[in-house]
Amino acid sequence: MPHPVAPVEFRVPPVDAVALETRVGELATRSIKKSAKVQGLKLAIAMMDLTTLEGMDSPGKVRQLCQKARQPMPGRKDLPCVGAVCVYPDLVPIAVAALRGSTVLVAAVATGFPAGRTDRVTKLRETELAVANGAHEIDMVIDRGAFLAGRYADVFEEICAVKAVCGPARLKVILETGELKTYDNIRRACRIALLAGADFLKTSTGKVQPASTLPVVLLMLEAVRDHFLATGVQVGVKAAGGIRTSKDALRYLVLVNETCGDLWLSPHWFRFGASSLLNDVLMQLEKERTGRYQRPSDFSVD
Amino acid sequence: MTLPVKKTYKLFVGGKFPRSESARSYQPSETKHIHVTRGSRKDLRDAVLAARIGQKAWSSSSAYLRGQILYRLAEMLETRSAALCEELAQSGVTKANAKREVLASIALAIWYAGLPDKLQSLLGSQNAVQGPFFSFSTIEPSGVVGVIAPETPSLLGMLALCLPVLVSGNAVVALCSESAPCASLALGEVFATSDFPGGTINLLAGLRSELAIHFASHRDIDGLLVAGKPDALITQAAADNVKRVRYCDLPAAAFRDVSRLRSLHWVEPFVEVKTLWHPVAQ
Repeated sequence: MPHPVAPVEFRVPPVDAVALETRVGELATRSIKKSAKVQGLKLAIAMMDLTTLEGMDSPGKVRQLCQKARQPMPGRKDLPCVGAVCVYPDLVPIAVAALRGSTVLVAAVATGFPAGRTDRVTKLRETELAVANGAHEIDMVIDRGAFLAGRYADVFEEICAVKAVCGPARLKVILETGELKTYDNIRRACRIALLAGADFLKTSTGKVQPASTLPVVLLMLEAVRDHFLATGVQVGVKAAGGIRTSKDALRYLVLVNETCGDLWLSPHWFRFGASSLLNDVLMQLEKERTGRYQRPSDFSVD
Repeated sequence: MTLPVKKTYKLFVGGKFPRSESARSYQPSETKHIHVTRGSRKDLRDAVLAARIGQKAWSSSSAYLRGQILYRLAEMLETRSAALCEELAQSGVTKANAKREVLASIALAIWYAGLPDKLQSLLGSQNAVQGPFFSFSTIEPSGVVGVIAPETPSLLGMLALCLPVLVSGNAVVALCSESAPCASLALGEVFATSDFPGGTINLLAGLRSELAIHFASHRDIDGLLVAGKPDALITQAAADNVKRVRYCDLPAAAFRDVSRLRSLHWVEPFVEVKTLWHPVAQ
């Protein structure tokens, strides 16, 4: 496999942490109510990567999740189906079969998720198999060990190599921002992934705390916006891990709108990686419809 | 010379003392300048979330421990009796009556403290059945129960409605007396130091006409104990999730006789009966 040689310097301007967090703080106070809230929540459902990434996942659990992905709430035809279902590679065939005939995509985590501590050959083979099994999207993890050791070219090359075997599948690059420690590191990781041809930047695996946070996602949105302005290439962002409430989801949508604008406000360019978020969104939508606060036990457990 | 520190009366939700998310307050009395946080339906929603968490911890602690915590509640009431008397006096209760009300509250808490580890024997049963089976009926708490306290007596009335709900392991979201909320809000300080798991009991203050209907319509509240005469609006709204509603229309005078309050009458509606069948060993 011929790898492109890293042709660039991975230098980025330092992040003004105070300005970043202030901006997030200001945008997070924005209040979204009534019809705008309903519209935002429906969009959030369409943007959701309904995720199950547990060692105890079973075909039955994945089929159940796929059913929920196709029809988040029985009897509510006005609700969209979710964006994608995100599973481990061995469960891709199950998910593909369960979602046939729907617009829901199948995303597979690959490259030794979540730690990424396998060799290059294994990572590439795992990706190839997932794509061959019908995955529409690949969620890869970057080599954080190499990144933190300063071997940026290794990280870049690995993303290029995985991208090369993805074929038609879109590649999401998980930066695992919780392990990168500083905003400067996150900005640099964004740049590496963008230059290497990522289709999506994704915050986290969901296995490391802190997972997705508003400042980190703002940083990523700024990175993809600047990349778009410089090159004309549009790249998506996926906020994953730790997003549990409708209020959180709406705050992320405000960030997207204020940073990148309408162009990114579609499931093709922004996603939420979540599992428990969907039920909370459904509860809020039911509350808006009926005017009554809902009980969690009235919504399916998955 | 000392400068008096004026207290702002806040809600008690999830073991904390928040202001209302609506930032509103109201003055329960026209003559005295007391400002009390005026809770909104979003505060009710937050309180129910906290109660759900608290209920898990409260009902999974042993009946014996629940009794001990309720006894500690009585101890804390005793420690703060002077302060509670002053709070009652703020809302126009005479000194003698205030003292009587606080003493009655302490006595009531002690009576209920003895109850948790006896409830299974009192309300459960071993049933006679045809065939080689044991059949046991055991009781479980309903979950989160809303309490709307009487206007007077504000302190004793609040406790008389909350304690029977609490003993079986329910969590409580209570609305204080609208015209005299000070003493019942001060109860938050008593609950906070009595070792209840956070969220077991939550106290809201505000306008009954505004909030009562939301207690009834909230689908995550399992039962409702309302002071006053039956109200069709509340009953109807509560029917949506088959919420059990009971009305407690004791006149204020009835609270003078504490022995009338010592009863399982308000405990029984907020427990669920589970019946188990088990084969008799050969």
